[in-house]
Amino acid sequence: MSNEKTPILEIKNLKLWFKVYKGYSKVLDGVNITVHQGEKVGIVGEAGCGKTTTVKSILGILPEGQYVIPEGEILYKGEDTLKMNSRQLGKVRSGEISMIYQEPSAALNPVFTIGQQMMEVAKNSDQGKGKTKAERREMVLNAIRDVFIPDPERIFDYYPVQLSGGMKQRICIAMAIMTQRDLMIADEPGTALDVTIQDQVHKTLDRLVEERDMALIMITHSLGVARELTDSINVMYAGTVVEAAPTAELFRKQLHPYTIGLMEAVPRLAGGGIQAGIYGSIPDYLYPPKGCRFAPRCPRATEQCLENKPELVDVGNGHKVACFNIEEV
Amino acid sequence: MAVSARKREKELKKALAYEAHRPEERSIGSFKEMRKENLKRAWYRFSHNKLSVIGLIIVVIVVLAAIFAGKITPYPEHAGAFTDFANSTKAPCGQYLLGTDNMGRDILTRIVFSFRGALKMAILVLVISVPVGTFLGLLAGFMNRTWVDTVIMRISDIFLSVPALLLALAVASILKPNLTNSMLAITIMWWPWYTRIVYGVATSCKNEYYVVSAQLLGASKAHIIFKEILPNCLSPILTKMSLDVGWVILMGATLSYVGMGEQPPIPSLGQMVSDGARYMPDQWWMTIFPCLAIIIIIMGFNFMGDGIGDMLSKGDSKYE
Amino acid sequence: MNFKKYLLKRLLLAVVVMIGLSIVIFVISRIMPGDVATMALGSTATEEAKENYRIANHLYDPMLLQYFYWIGGVLRGDFGTSTSTDRPVAMDVAEFLPATLELVVMAAIILVILSIVLGVLAAKYRNTIVDAIVRVLSYIGVAMPSFVIATLLLLFFGHVWKIIPVLGRLSYGLTAPATVTGFYTIDALIAGDIKVFFNAFLHLLVPAFALALGGLCQEARIIRNSMVENGSKDYLSAMRGYGVPEGKILRKYQLKPSLIPAVSCMGMDIASLMGNAFLVETIFNWPGISRYGLSSMLGKDLNAIAAVLLIFGLIFVIVNIIVDLIVAGLDPRIRLGGAK
Repeated sequence: MSNEKTPILEIKNLKLWFKVYKGYSKVLDGVNITVHQGEKVGIVGEAGCGKTTTVKSILGILPEGQYVIPEGEILYKGEDTLKMNSRQLGKVRSGEISMIYQEPSAALNPVFTIGQQMMEVAKNSDQGKGKTKAERREMVLNAIRDVFIPDPERIFDYYPVQLSGGMKQRICIAMAIMTQRDLMIADEPGTALDVTIQDQVHKTLDRLVEERDMALIMITHSLGVARELTDSINVMYAGTVVEAAPTAELFRKQLHPYTIGLMEAVPRLAGGGIQAGIYGSIPDYLYPPKGCRFAPRCPRATEQCLENKPELVDVGNGHKVACFNIEEV
Repeated sequence: MAVSARKREKELKKALAYEAHRPEERSIGSFKEMRKENLKRAWYRFSHNKLSVIGLIIVVIVVLAAIFAGKITPYPEHAGAFTDFANSTKAPCGQYLLGTDNMGRDILTRIVFSFRGALKMAILVLVISVPVGTFLGLLAGFMNRTWVDTVIMRISDIFLSVPALLLALAVASILKPNLTNSMLAITIMWWPWYTRIVYGVATSCKNEYYVVSAQLLGASKAHIIFKEILPNCLSPILTKMSLDVGWVILMGATLSYVGMGEQPPIPSLGQMVSDGARYMPDQWWMTIFPCLAIIIIIMGFNFMGDGIGDMLSKGDSKYE
Repeated sequence: MNFKKYLLKRLLLAVVVMIGLSIVIFVISRIMPGDVATMALGSTATEEAKENYRIANHLYDPMLLQYFYWIGGVLRGDFGTSTSTDRPVAMDVAEFLPATLELVVMAAIILVILSIVLGVLAAKYRNTIVDAIVRVLSYIGVAMPSFVIATLLLLFFGHVWKIIPVLGRLSYGLTAPATVTGFYTIDALIAGDIKVFFNAFLHLLVPAFALALGGLCQEARIIRNSMVENGSKDYLSAMRGYGVPEGKILRKYQLKPSLIPAVSCMGMDIASLMGNAFLVETIFNWPGISRYGLSSMLGKDLNAIAAVLLIFGLIFVIVNIIVDLIVAGLDPRIRLGGAK
């Protein structure tokens, strides 16, 4: 535990169900994530494990009326965003947290220019309020310059359709860093891009977060990206955090069988190709396993795993894991 | 949109109550059970919207009423050239539920009998124009960017460039006024809609890999058109068809309103409205009830059509 | 720039469609059973007069040549003589067209404004009672043929609740303003006659509403659905996540992309207002070209039918081009990338 810093965001036992045909799909099943001031936290997991849902619920931007939250709280600076009214939530959105979306072309409105959209964000941010139009324009242009786009004046009048994927992703980042925020959520930035551009985007993001002393939640399905960019990592599986540890610690020692499988699935330059992988696929959220959600795929599963759900417990060095059968090392 | 805390609470209660009674495991049954399950799912998607169910009920009632018109109506003989001046222009009462017209004929009986013409017209128009339109659309889509495409699509553009009603009226007006000719007139302007829809689907899936790979495997043109491309068009065609029943009935009623449809003494809804309009406002029942019948029958088909559209629409995760 | 090419292609297509339409109309007007000369001159005309008529109207020439005679006349503004009014059809058109245009423009305004308002309201309060009401209203509206709407409105405003005049263009006793545009409302304003303007305006309301209702209901549904569909897009949750007020998102960032599909349909609907104007004009005793067209159809007045069909086709094509331009204005993807 890094005791010198106070937590800025604490997600406690968050459960979330989506309404679907024949019932409620239990997508999040007790997520616990803590982010400290200025910390860079990674959330790693395979597609469909609830990473995006978790972070979207922080800002309350999931489609209204299609989900319920039976349990849990999301404490941002000590206050539960789930219980906030729209005015309070508006304050958090306009001054505290910003978010970058996974798919840059979906995150930009196709029928407005980059400038129009960014001006709107600037106008509604805490810093932009009360400024003149010219000052706000300057804010926008600076932000575009900050993400290494030359010639921001020209980009300002472009429509998203005129930009490449990498440019669009940078614009999304520019939007997120335009004003001072305390927490930035990056949802797989660059997944939609090719590897070289992805790397540039990640570097830009990393530099800007450092410069501005923001906390970062970085969602990715790549352990390599997480290792490079984060201070600590939460490994998610099927709507729960199964293992959480400082990055270096996690790469030194993996405790949860899912994390171990994930690590083994990373191809290594040293040869041997992909090792074992993890047999099976994520469970049906409509009929989730009763006990540990990983139990059906787990090589170490016992009777206990099928019946009870393991809690996330601290095993020392800030390393937390949710498993009954941690191998003694 | 900020939903009130109270509403959120209510949703949550509903969810918890629902989940408490749901089985914990998905039942995986035999092939037969799976088919039953698919049907159930289709019904769920259809009935998700209560209006679709209402539409279905209306349609069933109208169809049954049309088939058994002779048995269920109080005065079947009133459907023809019947006169009973003693009972003419009677307001709705116990004997004549919806009143009588200027010839003393029961309005209810005549409305039920006029469903026959309306349904006959809708069925015949669609039975002719859908296959024709679909075939031309497939052909144009498959021969994309050749002269065949150009000719077919420009011709359908021409037909779509005049208001549908106008063209139908013009065609009907130069022919002898009767039900067959008004059907012909509507059919002539109806097929291009299907051509356009099918063309859109066909051109877009012509470049899909499954079509290209079928071509590479040496599949015949007929196979590609009917086995690879056509199945993709079925869902939009069926959806449009189910909605079009209402539209054709509407168009037919309009033609009969101006006297270009079914000729008296055979009753038709449009003609009843136009006859009754002369007796407004005192004998309002002669106009209002046929009007309501038109609205209800068209609405029934539209509701049902929307439900069929919901049922066939793909990729709507809400229902999955 | 691609857009110019697209526009040029669009105009060219319009010309092709118009030529095709003129052929279709010509064919329709010539396959008519019965002798054209007898129909034009009446059954009492002498054989000699009929013969002269046939020669004068090129009825003995080959069909193709006849078509060119006819289309040549049309291009010079000569649609032939109407057999029902015994005047040149062009004169009838000039007299009746403005009244229809005034009605249709008014209907179009009602259609656009109300459909957007209802669609946005239904989307904003989706799955609530407001949404349900708009939905049911729109279903009822779509299910009503224009003659049913017109008849019901006439019954209501003409007999039950007489607050708005419903028949004709002006109340009895008022004289029409001097013709400048042919629109009574605008002409009255030009003449500075507020009383006539008001009266003409009131007379417009009910017929225009009757005309607009069907399309209006359909458009409201389309706007509502595409608003709801776009509502779950990431770019809106992004805006929401940056604290842009909900109302602004709805009115600006959600509405604009949602209007694109509706505008194309609206174009179709506004263009077909002309077609639906037939019965509405007849029922409300509106002296427009649609009513003229209907009576010429019932009287088998070939030259008039052909002229009305052609004019409607032309207006339809023009409206569609305008709609395409509006769509391109709304959607940079079309404007910048050429036609899809």
